[in-house]
Amino acid sequence: MSSLADASLVHRPRVRADDRTGWGAGLAGLLWLGTASLTVLWPNADDWAYTDGLAAAEGVLGGILLLGTWVPRFSARLRHLAPWLGLLAIVFAAWEVATAKLELLPRPFFAPPQAFVEVYLDDWPPLGGSVLHSLWLLTTGYLIGALGGFITGVAIGWSRVVGYWVHPVLRLVGPLPATAWLPLAFFVFPSSWSASTFLIALATGFPVTVLTWSGIAGVNSAYYDIARTLGANERFLVLKVAIPAALPHVFVGLFMGLGASFSVLVVAEMLGVKSGLGWYLQWAQGWAAYANMYAALLLMALMCSGLITLLFRIRDRALAWQKGLLRW
Amino acid sequence: MVAARRHVEVPPPRALTLDIEQVSHRFSLHGAPLPVLDQIDLHVEPGEFVALLGPSGCGKSTLLRLVAGLDRPTQGRLLVDGREIGKPDPSRILVFQAPTLYPWRTVRQNVAVGLEARGLLPAENRRVDAALELVGLQAFAKALPHQLSGGMSQRAALARALVNDPSLLLLDEPLGQLDSLTRITMQGELVRLWQRAGFTALMVTHDVEEALLMANRVIVFSPRPARITASLTVDRPYPRHRDDPALQALRQEIFDLLGFAEA
Repeated sequence: MSSLADASLVHRPRVRADDRTGWGAGLAGLLWLGTASLTVLWPNADDWAYTDGLAAAEGVLGGILLLGTWVPRFSARLRHLAPWLGLLAIVFAAWEVATAKLELLPRPFFAPPQAFVEVYLDDWPPLGGSVLHSLWLLTTGYLIGALGGFITGVAIGWSRVVGYWVHPVLRLVGPLPATAWLPLAFFVFPSSWSASTFLIALATGFPVTVLTWSGIAGVNSAYYDIARTLGANERFLVLKVAIPAALPHVFVGLFMGLGASFSVLVVAEMLGVKSGLGWYLQWAQGWAAYANMYAALLLMALMCSGLITLLFRIRDRALAWQKGLLRW
Repeated sequence: MVAARRHVEVPPPRALTLDIEQVSHRFSLHGAPLPVLDQIDLHVEPGEFVALLGPSGCGKSTLLRLVAGLDRPTQGRLLVDGREIGKPDPSRILVFQAPTLYPWRTVRQNVAVGLEARGLLPAENRRVDAALELVGLQAFAKALPHQLSGGMSQRAALARALVNDPSLLLLDEPLGQLDSLTRITMQGELVRLWQRAGFTALMVTHDVEEALLMANRVIVFSPRPARITASLTVDRPYPRHRDDPALQALRQEIFDLLGFAEA
């Protein structure tokens, strides 16, 4: 969570693995073709479904990479990705050998790549449903929390009276991890869904409130003086001066809140809500279906990363006026 | 600028008479009172260009904030056209030393702030264009403040003030942060703007030469708490020249008043 906040502040130089000749993509293609033949030619130690299918997919990827080297528009993009694609081919080969081929890793806990294929192809209805449930719960809670936190933050930063009454409550309750409310929330709220929405909103709301508040409090007072001499009223000062000036801080809060909301989502789904990726993880682990668990973890990682990316995109649009933005 | 003069017609605003009567002001610094202005009396005629000159930190800027209505004086009264100054008003606009443009707004949006705040947009969009043209920034209307040089930023800040057709323009060392060449150009441009628009101008500066090149009258302040030590009329036609003997004599007189006898 804190690392997300840091990422939005710290400027990281972009590392570019560049090779001008374009043989990198070709090499990656060859490596994938090698992994494909290894998968299909070396017999499995035990029966694993979809081994041929996996090998075919790896082969197709390798072929595309190899051919893509000759397509100019394609190879420019590939050049940047090639080192990673090559490394992934090697990782897949090693993973395949260590699991399906030689069974070097203890059996139920480590699944071979084809087991992922099996899960995604055979178990996609519950998995897809879980993603949708998680997304719906997260989005509702996050939006409520972000909006509430933003309004509270602006109110505390702007009004002395609101600050006087809200600040002590915020100081006492805010730092409490939202998950600590879990037993109470499931008891008080009519459904586990509404309880989880509340907890996610709470987890999101605190960082958004504090950072919005600090953003508003830190606005250069000359901005107000200028607007006032130009005839601005209170409403204009809040909406057109204070809020835009505080927006960079607000986004740091939104990033922190998003990170916090992920962990509350998973905990809530594991402990109360009977759907979603957290629930699926718990369920798969209960049945010792480790491949399903990994598959769900990967989906969850993609979902969280996708949401962070989305927030970065929104921020890039909203703060396009800033110099030196970190590109995610 | 020269081309702009022919196209743009700024309606002459009613210039204001400013009366500062027995104004004293104190800040409190760590609980102790810190007097900054001591019984200031000043009368400014409509359309006059008055320079306030004095050692830095003497309280000149505080006087401008009082005239702008951003702060209330501890003692005394400030009157424009006989009415006491209560709160900020777009007829009296303050241009700060730092341009302080809003970084999230384009140059055009920055210039338009005053009209937007008073609900005059989009009806008065033409005034924004005219103000941009007046300071020669029409090509940079869509630029963001961080893309502008210091001189351009200060011009944008000036346009942001002038778009409101102020009757009293308060300038707080508006050219203080510019390099010397830009500064000389801007001095001339400011004088031309003032001659054309006919507003009353009150400019804080600590540059004796700048005061003499631009103002009708130079008010010399003592160190803090500021008190008026002299009021010198500069009765020379514009554009003025640095080596004008009359200005040289005034310059010497002001240096004597400020305590630099050998200058």
